[in-house]
Parts: sequence; C-alpha cells; structure tokens
Amino acid sequence: MTNPAPEVLLEVTDLKVHFPIKRGIVIDRTIGHVFAVDGVDLAIRRGETYGLVGESGCGKSTLGRAILRLSEPTAGQVVFDGTDVAKLKGEELRKARRRMQMIFQDPLGSLDPRQSVESILLEGMRAHGLDKDKEATQSRLRQLLSAVGLPETALRKYPHEFSGGQRQRIGIARALSVEPDLIVADEPVSALDVSVQAQVVNLLEDLQAQLGLTYVVIAHDLAVVRHISDRIGVMYLGALVEETDADTLYANPMHPYTRALLSAIPVPDPVVEDSREQILLAGDLPSPANPPTGCRFHTRCPWKQASLCDTDRPQLREVGRGHRVACHYAEDIREGRIQPHEVEPELVELSGLLNPDLGPPDVGSVSEIL
Amino acid sequence: MALLEVRDLTVDFVRRGERPFTAVDGVSFDVEPGQTVGLVGESGCGKSVTSLAIMRLLARRGNKVSGSVRFEGTDLLRLSDKDMRDRRGRDLGMVFQDPLSSLNPVIPIGLQITEVLERHRGMSRKVASVEAVDLLNKVGIPDPSRRLTEYPHQLSGGMRQRALIAIALACRPRLLIADEPTTALDVTIQAQILALLRELVQDTGTALIMITHDLGVVAGLCDEVNVLYGGKIVERAQRHQLFAQPRHPYTHGLLASIPRLDAGRHEKLIPIRGSVADNIPWDGGCAFAPRCPNALPVCREVSPRLVPDNGGLLRCHNPVRPPVAAGGGIR
Amino acid sequence: MNTLLNKKKEPIDKLAAAAGHSLGGEALRRMLRSPVAITGAVITGLFVLLAIFAPLIAPKDPFQRYLQDKVILGQGIIPGSQAGYPLGVDDFGRDELSRLLVGAQNTLLVGVLATVIGVAVGILIGGLAGAFGGWVDTVLMRMVDVMLSVPSLLLAISVAALFAKPSQWTVIIAVSIIGVPIFARLLRGSMLAQRNSDHVLAATSLGVKRGAIVFRHMLPNSLGPVIVQATLTLATAILEAAALSFLGLGDADQNRAEWGIMLSKGAKQFLDVRPELAYYPAIAIIVVALGFTLLGESLREALDPKNRR
Repeated sequence: MTNPAPEVLLEVTDLKVHFPIKRGIVIDRTIGHVFAVDGVDLAIRRGETYGLVGESGCGKSTLGRAILRLSEPTAGQVVFDGTDVAKLKGEELRKARRRMQMIFQDPLGSLDPRQSVESILLEGMRAHGLDKDKEATQSRLRQLLSAVGLPETALRKYPHEFSGGQRQRIGIARALSVEPDLIVADEPVSALDVSVQAQVVNLLEDLQAQLGLTYVVIAHDLAVVRHISDRIGVMYLGALVEETDADTLYANPMHPYTRALLSAIPVPDPVVEDSREQILLAGDLPSPANPPTGCRFHTRCPWKQASLCDTDRPQLREVGRGHRVACHYAEDIREGRIQPHEVEPELVELSGLLNPDLGPPDVGSVSEIL
Repeated sequence: MALLEVRDLTVDFVRRGERPFTAVDGVSFDVEPGQTVGLVGESGCGKSVTSLAIMRLLARRGNKVSGSVRFEGTDLLRLSDKDMRDRRGRDLGMVFQDPLSSLNPVIPIGLQITEVLERHRGMSRKVASVEAVDLLNKVGIPDPSRRLTEYPHQLSGGMRQRALIAIALACRPRLLIADEPTTALDVTIQAQILALLRELVQDTGTALIMITHDLGVVAGLCDEVNVLYGGKIVERAQRHQLFAQPRHPYTHGLLASIPRLDAGRHEKLIPIRGSVADNIPWDGGCAFAPRCPNALPVCREVSPRLVPDNGGLLRCHNPVRPPVAAGGGIR
Repeated sequence: MNTLLNKKKEPIDKLAAAAGHSLGGEALRRMLRSPVAITGAVITGLFVLLAIFAPLIAPKDPFQRYLQDKVILGQGIIPGSQAGYPLGVDDFGRDELSRLLVGAQNTLLVGVLATVIGVAVGILIGGLAGAFGGWVDTVLMRMVDVMLSVPSLLLAISVAALFAKPSQWTVIIAVSIIGVPIFARLLRGSMLAQRNSDHVLAATSLGVKRGAIVFRHMLPNSLGPVIVQATLTLATAILEAAALSFLGLGDADQNRAEWGIMLSKGAKQFLDVRPELAYYPAIAIIVVALGFTLLGESLREALDPKNRR
C-alpha cells in the first residue's frame, strides 16, 4: 500500500524576524536589532502535529506569531496552501487569517474580560460572515462548546467566572469557530495546573482526530511536546538546530543542544533520575541582540571543536531520513569520535532592554499590528 | 529530636465580609538534619503558605496561625519578632520562586549578601565582601568580584536565582526552604540550579524543604515526600516508595496524567477530572472525593485520617491497591 | 469512536448554574460592601441632589437683600446667625444658607463641565495617539508633555489670562485644560497596554476588522482608569475653579452665588469682620471634593482586576 507524498500545508522559507531596538530622547533611533528569528526553513504537512521546542529567547513564540502574521516578518516567505501570507495586505490578509488560528498561553489574558463567552465565540464568525443564519449559528455555538466539553450555560458567563482549564477550552472553541485548517498553539498548557494539563492535551488530540486539523505546538515542556507531536523542531537563539520525528528525537538526538535539553528534563522516577547522565550547560543564553559568530551554540557547546564552530554558521542538513541537524560535527559526535569537554561559562552582559526573559520590544503603534 | 518539628500547623485567612479560608489544615511533618523533604502539590494546596508560616513571613493581619513549629526545640511561632529576625538568615534560609522580585532592585547584589553577613556573623564590610565573592563563586556565578557591584536586573534569571541561593546560604543555616525555586526558569537552567542545590546541600549538610508542583524535580532531589491537597497532607512516603507504589488516588492520578519521557509515546494521558475548585470541605468528608476515581460513599461523609501505611502515611478510605506501576511506563 | 461521541455530550466539569456576572456588576457589588465607597457615594449623591433641587429647597431667595439695612460695612457689622437666617447673611444682606445651596448648582456645573471637556478632548488626543502611533503619537505626546510640565494652577492662570473678558466660561475652559494631558496620557497608556494583550491579538488573528477591535476590545477595557480619574478630577476641578475665582480671574460679577466666588470674597474682604462668610463655602468645597475623591478611590479599588477572586 503506497502512501501518496504527504501534502505540505505550510512552507516557511528563510524566515527572519528582527526587532529594532530604539532609543532616543525626542526622536527614536534604531541602535540595534533583536534577532528573534534568524533564518528558519520548515515545512508542515497537512494533518500532522509539528512541535516547536526551545527555551526562552529561542524565538519559537515569535516564529509562531510570524507565521500567522501577528508579528511582521522582516524577510522570508510563509507559503500557506500556495499563497505567500507574508506578502498579503489589507482585506486579503484579513480573509486569509480565517484558515490559521492561534491558541494562547495565558487563558485569562487571551479572553476579553468584558465580553460574554457567546460574544467571544461569535466575533470571529461575524467577521467572516458566517453568522447569517440565526438558527445555524446558535446550533454551531452549542456544537463548539460541546466539542470542548463545556455546558451550554457557559454562553452567558464571563471569562473571570471560569477556571484556567475551562478558559483555555473557551480559547480553543474560539479558534475552532472559524473552521481553520491550521492551529498554532503557543504554550497551550503551561499556565495550567498539572492535573488539568492532561485534560487539555487529550482534548487537542481528540479534536485533531475528529476535524483533521494541523497543529503547530510551541512549548518548552518537552515531555508534553513529545507526547502530542509527530515531528519536532528544536530552536536555539532564533534558528532551528534539529528537526526529526518525535521518536527519533528522543531516542537519537544528534545536536549537542538537543542532547543537553533532553538530559535536563526531570523525570518523575527516582530510579531514572539517580542513574542517568546529565549534560549540564554552562552559563546563560547569549543575548539575541548580540548572537555569537558562527554556530550560535558554540559558546556553551560541550563538543565545540577548534575549527569551524566559531566561524561558520552550520546549515540544517539531512543526516538521516527526515532528520535534519545544524551541526558541523553531528556524525562525529554520534559515532563517538569526539568527546565532550568542560566549558567555561561566559559572561553575558545584560541591560534591561535585552533581557531574554522579556517579550519582544514594543511595536510602535496599534496599527502596526492590525 | 528532629531539626524541625511541625505539629498541627493551621493557617486560616480571614477577610472582612467573607468566610475564613483554611489554607493549611493541621499539617505535621519532621525534617531531620541533612535531610531533604519535599512538599508537593498544585496551586492552592497550601504548600507555599506552609513555608511562609514556618518562616513567620505571613502578613501581620488577616490570618491566624496555630499549632507549633519547633526548630531545635524552640517553637518559632512563639518567638518575639526580634528573636525571629535573628533566626531568619542565620538558622533558617529561604529561596523564593521569583528572583527578580525577591531581590532588591536598587541595591547591588554584593551589598545584599554582605548585609546578611554583617548582621548575623558580625563581619566587617571588608571581610564580608571577600566572603561574598567566595559565595558567588560557590554558586557558580562567573567573574564574581565584578558581579558584586551589579544590580539584579543586570543578571539573567538563572544567575539571579544563584545569587538568591548565595544569600540564603551565606550564614550557613541549618535549614533551607526553597519555594518553587526553579519554576520560573528554563529547563536547562533548572537542571543547573537543581544540581547546585544538590551539591550544596551535600557539602554543607543543610536540611532542605523543597516545595514544588513538579514531581520530576522531587524524584531527583528529595528523600521524603509529602503530598498536599486542600491544605492537608494526603500521603507521605520515602521517595522510591512514592513513585513505585503511589497509594493515594491523587498521587496516583498526578503520576498518570504527566507525560513522561520514558513512557510509550502513544499512551493516552489519564487526567484527573474536574479541577482543584471541585472539592468538599475536609470536615464533611474527603476534599478529593468529587474528583476521585476510587471514591466510595463513605468518602463524602467521613473525613479520612492520616494513618501509617507501609512505612509512610496515608489519608484515604480507599487507596490504590498495589502493585501499581506509576505513570504509563513499560517496566 | 463511540466513546468519542459520548464524551462530546458530557461536559468535563459542571459550572455553577448562576447567570453570568459581568465585571461591572461585580465591581458594583464590591463597592456596595465598602464603607469608603458608601460614604463617598452618599456625599456626592447629596451634593448632586442639593445642586439640582437647590432653588426649591432654599428657604429664601438668594438674591434678595433681606437684611441690607442691618449691614453697616463701615463699622464692620454683618448680621450673623439668627432666627430665619441660620447661617447669617452676607455683605448685601442676602441669606447665606440659600446662597450656599444655589451655589452648589453653579459649582457643580463648573466642575462637571470642566471635567467633561477635559475628558473629551483628552481621550480624543490619547485615542488618536494610541491608535495611530508613529509620528502622530510622538507629536501629540510631546505636546502633552509640554502641558504636563507646567504646574496645573499656573497653566490655568495662563489660559485664563488670555481671555479679554473673563467670565464663568474662562474658569471652565482653563480648568478643563488642566485635565486634558492627564486623560490623554491615561487613555494612550491604557490603549498601549491593551494592544499588547493576547485578546487583541486573538481578535486580529480571527480576522476581526481594525475598527471593531479598537471600539469593542480596546476602548471598553481602557475606559476604567479614565472613569476613575474623572471622578478624582471633578474634585480637583472644583478646587481649581475656586482658586481661579479667588484670584479674580473668573467671573467679574462678584455677586454670583458660586462657592469659589463666595470664598474669594469672604476671604479677601470679610475675614476679620465675619470669617464665617469664608468658612462656610470653604467647608462646602472641601466636603464635596472629599466625597468625590472617596468615590473615585473606591471605584478604582473595585475595578482593580487584582482584587478579583
């Protein structure tokens, strides 16, 4: 039984998102850039779940938003089902938005506190003229709520009357209300209690099976991502460093950063915790406004070599079936020809503006994001 | 005599015009010298309030604390404010979750460390500065002498947390309380900080109370674990025991609902139904009953008591029957 | 597959059956429980009622000079409290109590108009700056900065001095200008905070039109602080209007029954003869300003999302 080549729904080519850093007394001048996303290529197939992982400052959230044009790409293409979304404007853009939706991290902030649930769910439908038939609309609202496991009485209530998990489900219902093809979930469960996370994860999986959705799941919790994703991309300081299917990533990680990341995750099993070898990274993430030359990871890499690593930026290349890695010495490390060594932690100068823990710098105005 | 003996600690919050809310409900546990004890639970279970109550850091008004907290024989709850201030920093150290708000943003790091050293160990500024550099070095902050004059916002989250740990350990307290110290940090930084804590605790022989919601963190760090729900301890066990054979349905449910790196990828997560808000008061039964897959009618009538169970403690009418594998792993 | 369908019909958790409580409703409930709010509301309510019904309540005609013959300014005699005139009379023999009551009307008018104009112009400027950003924002905000850099009373005096023929409107406009930069900054700030919020992003991602986002998402959430500030500004507007009148920059007609004018006259001319003529309007101003301030502060507390449980 031959499977036809999986259809690519979203293709991102050399995407860059650079935020200008402005300073000035009367007029703001640009004195530098935060290279939040610095040249990312990936392709997402219809129906799959693509997990995007990395720690703070790696640009995964910015990438997710850039794909949906909620953040403006500085360069590159975002081709969604044949159309380059990055080039669309005005009404065309507005209409195209319907097919790609987002689920946000903070269930409270992502719902308008002054609107009832009914109003929140109707908004998207109204914007695309999907609410013409009153009967059908009401029925659809009930369907949406039922699909996320909320009772009909929720319609009249306001966001602050719900728990975190319930609010997240309202957010999911809202994303579904316009019948999208692609949903980008930005940290969908990290703000929820542990016991509730599983509910939402299961819900997302069920919905995908029922509705044939394509997901991009952005998360820092690797265990969650592994559970839900088909393929996973690992990001570090604005670039993809490794990409492969979920099983391979955890069984056979090749990029040094991926290996360190996996070894850092706490496992709720004392036997495993006691026996495993941890690769501890030294020092801090370099500033995204001032990334290291060559390979961005070389300042903290336990396998750094004397040549190439600090001069040439490695490209993502195929090292196995569907397995891409951005490392000059990936195969050498895998074969054990190179051993890890001690790394001196490097001093990272931080001023308040460039703290990677904060979000992207302020955009100039409301209309820039609308 | 244990280093710390908490007996029947109860904290009620009273706000004008509302019913009193019992955040911590008769919690008792011991900490031996050099031992690491974990307090595990989700938001609202009372673990943070417990640590604040032990350190006498709760607000002056709006709450009622009862029970006893005996540190080396002395009940901390009965001490005068002045005596408690002497103890804090010198005998008891605390590391909080958010390093940015726990450090004074307008005072350089060095001063925040030397301040503690001068007060409790009577050092002069010069001697304290030298000791501060040594401490920063011990917690793995690069170029420590330069860092002394820097402000908290100039350090990254991980570095700030290390600085906090340095301050907490400056006077070599016999007990360190860490309240979600790594929750706000990235996972690789978290690994660094946890390794650091492990190392320091071993080197200095400090006892540690680790408060967290992350069972993975507990598995790697704690000797004995207390699971809290609704302000009460529902299970206590030694670390291997707890994970191999969780007896309380809540513990078991938590372990089953967490996706694990070493489990099969396609095993369905088994969530705990409902949310923390779905509970009944402890005096009318078991608070976990509305969400419990093992609930019996008695669970909604009689409050279960904490009884010895297989070397630990358990508060349940109908515990999970062993043998049960935690999570979905292939063993 | 069957289990999937079953799961769809059963909600994962139950919700309280009660109908939805909007944020506004909750805020109101919270205020009703706060003694500070109630005090403020009572004072302002009384004031507003008095102002509205003053002509009907006033025991005597505020303009009739009943005891004029008893007033001998040369010898410093002004009749004080007596039967029929509980607060005495002023320098023209008019009933002080009645004048105070009618004065409430004028004072309220001045305060309300000054505030309303300040709010309207302020949110227009702030709204434009927040919505358009870029150079529009920069230019408008620099203008606002200039206005803010001048002490408020000085600003009002400068504006008032521009009027060739000062009148009640001089005071109103001058005082309103004090409020403009405050409200402009406030609304711009709120809108900036709103546009960074996830729910605005979500609306954008849903394809909601720009205008709808500004008016349905951003403005309603930004108006809270503006309303609170408006109540507080009302209090200070009354005080500033009184100050301007005191300095003689307002209505030239010194015979109007308005608290600021009455205070000004009383303090300048009769402090040694009959100081009550200054005290009464002063106390009235202070009490009303206090009432609005209490109301405004409790409103702010009630609307603060951190107080939500």
